[in-house]
Amino acid sequence: MSSNFRSWGTIPHPPQETLRPFWVSELADLFANQAQSLAVGNGRSYGDSCLLQDHPVIQTTQLNRIIRFDRQTGVIQVEPGVKLCDLLTVVVPAGWFLPVTPGTSLATVGGAVANDVHGKNHHTDGSLGCHVLSLDLLTSDRALRTCTQTVHTDLFNATIGGLGLTGIITAVELQLIPINTSWLDVRYQTFPNLEEFARLSTEARDDYRYTVAWMDCATPGSAGRGVLISANHSEQGDLTVGTAAAKFSVPMNCPKYTLNKYSIRAFNALYYQLQKRKEDGVRHEHYQPYFYPLDAIGHWNRVYGKKGFHQYQFLVPLDAMPVMSDILNTITNSGMGSFLAVLKEFGDIASPGLLSFPRPGYCLALDFSERGEKTAALISELDARVREAGGAAYPAKDKLMSADSFQQYYPQWTAFRQHIDPVCSSDFWQRVSNTSVSTHQTQQPDKL
Amino acid sequence: MTMKQSIAIIGATSTVAISVARKLAAEDVDIYLVGRNEDKLATVAADLAARGSSTHTIVTDLANLDEHAKVLQQIESATHCFIFHSALTDQAAAESDWSMAEASLTINLLSPLSLLHGLANRLEQQKTGSLVVVSSVAGDRGRASNYWYGTAKGALSIHCQGLRNRLAKSGVPVLTVKPGFIDTAMTAHLEKKPAVLWASAEEVADLIVKGWKQQKNVIYTPGFWRFIMWIITRIPETIFKRLSL
Ligand SMILES: Cc1cc2nc3c(=O)[nH]c(=O)nc-3n(C[C@H](O)[C@H](O)[C@H](O)COP(=O)(O)OP(=O)(O)OC[C@H]3O[C@@H](n4cnc5c(N)ncnc54)[C@H](O)[C@@H]3O)c2cc1C
Repeated sequence: MSSNFRSWGTIPHPPQETLRPFWVSELADLFANQAQSLAVGNGRSYGDSCLLQDHPVIQTTQLNRIIRFDRQTGVIQVEPGVKLCDLLTVVVPAGWFLPVTPGTSLATVGGAVANDVHGKNHHTDGSLGCHVLSLDLLTSDRALRTCTQTVHTDLFNATIGGLGLTGIITAVELQLIPINTSWLDVRYQTFPNLEEFARLSTEARDDYRYTVAWMDCATPGSAGRGVLISANHSEQGDLTVGTAAAKFSVPMNCPKYTLNKYSIRAFNALYYQLQKRKEDGVRHEHYQPYFYPLDAIGHWNRVYGKKGFHQYQFLVPLDAMPVMSDILNTITNSGMGSFLAVLKEFGDIASPGLLSFPRPGYCLALDFSERGEKTAALISELDARVREAGGAAYPAKDKLMSADSFQQYYPQWTAFRQHIDPVCSSDFWQRVSNTSVSTHQTQQPDKL
Repeated sequence: MTMKQSIAIIGATSTVAISVARKLAAEDVDIYLVGRNEDKLATVAADLAARGSSTHTIVTDLANLDEHAKVLQQIESATHCFIFHSALTDQAAAESDWSMAEASLTINLLSPLSLLHGLANRLEQQKTGSLVVVSSVAGDRGRASNYWYGTAKGALSIHCQGLRNRLAKSGVPVLTVKPGFIDTAMTAHLEKKPAVLWASAEEVADLIVKGWKQQKNVIYTPGFWRFIMWIITRIPETIFKRLSL
């Protein structure tokens, strides 16, 4: 039993009691004996969706074995605690890659499924849930079910993006994608504003498997400028594996003056200039720095100091670009804009996940250092705009979403509720599933 | 032409053993996994197979010395042998109940010695291969709180020392590994305090593989334990008695 499990946003929370089984065979007893619990992975979610106050979480990081890997077909089945970087170590030399990867390789496969993570290829490949062939799900009544698109379909759909609430995923079977090298051909294009971003992004959609943009949200007057980065797997190069070991680590929480609006603006300006220089021609980059730049800096979350930070990630429908501009202005004017706001156009490939976040639209993710009420007010204002635009915010990044917002972003939640394991809960869930607060609006009818 | 390496991992379901086996598996080797729990062994074997090595599992209770002759036969073609098995001793129980003390000596001392006995003779003849034995810092000095475990590990370390000197003539290196606190299934129930003294199995496995490749004699994992134990073994007994360690 230990108590040092933390969520990635580093906002102080009470010590989280943590159980760490070493074998899948121990799970059934362990789980059934809890009054309340939650499976968690490597704590790379920023908010409180991986926390459960007053009860132990069951951390799966020691359940990290590969069950089966077919080098001919690229089908791999793993225990839930296998980290993405460890999986890549095994599959890349054999010419395979993750079908979808988030921006950190330190997430576990189980955690990635439970958030139905998306990557820079959402417009071409959908979210991770689209590539899951089967899931083994353990419920607190000790039942173990293998769920697929056709067997226990409802449970399969509820578990993908199910925030750990349907039970413990004990195995995940994935279809990998073939690669010839572990390198990417990458193109950089700067844009002066959101409109130009939208144009470039649409243009790149068909020719590039991966697209993502970095955008300046901090500099008044220049907000909305940024760099669109488009890439494809390269035919040139070898199949070397990257190392997820940090090259440099932030040794301790930084004092609060490290990040202020001036240093952040300076950073954004510098970053923009550096990226602008890359505009000439195509660059050849290894998957490790391309997909996982932040993994090279251990504990980068400490730059926000001991109060921690929030990440806010939301999307609005494609036709709601004006709302995006509005939101951008709100953030810039608040003076709380962060470095590295990440912008991405999502496609229309639907995930089996019942409660999944990704849907067609423009998606923006940014960090805000924790400043108490001020931050809460800003995020609540952003939520109001996103609700109005018919968008949604991402639970994996959240600590402040209100029950109202959640229930409007995810009207399917009432159907989802039926699949929740009676033992499972999270701090996030306790907040957003609260029905008593939903007074000022009538709930939309359940679409499912 | 390089021959395929053949490695035996004894006590293969220990958390550190699994990590070591994975690091070796990447290099395309034949691996013999010896342990008690059939399901766990199968899990480990499947993982190593997915990483490209061929595996063989041998199910046996290593505390049962009568089975050792058979085990030694089954791992006959392994040239590099890693001995990991170990069981924490309940000191209080061992003090009050001889059978508990005896059980601790059997699994932590007699069992590795019995295997080393056979392995040493074979490797000495073959003039090739290596031995890696996981002992413990607990064997460096007797302490009131865990001297039954310490007795077994201390004797094991001494034995390896002798064996190393004997086998040096045949070109067979013997590595003694002395880990401090490791976060493993065996120590899952313990408070991990102070945190700086606890190492992950992964970290310890890295050091073991490195020490093995460099043909070291004795390694402490992590290395700072060498320093801690240097101090601990130098505290005069009159003072040590009052420290209740
Ligand atoms: C630098 C960085 C970049 C990121 N980029 C992206 C991105 O591009 N796209 C994206 O989608 N996300 C991104 N994320 C978020 C991250 O990918 C997700 O939060 C992911 O789910 C974290 O995985 P984890 O193993 O750390 O799980 P945790 O954070 O520990 O848990 C996440 C959720 O999974 C559940 N869970 C974990 N294991 C199991 C299990 N075995 N069974 C059932 N439920 C389980 C938990 O209950 C929880 O709800 C990023 C995070 C970081 C830090």
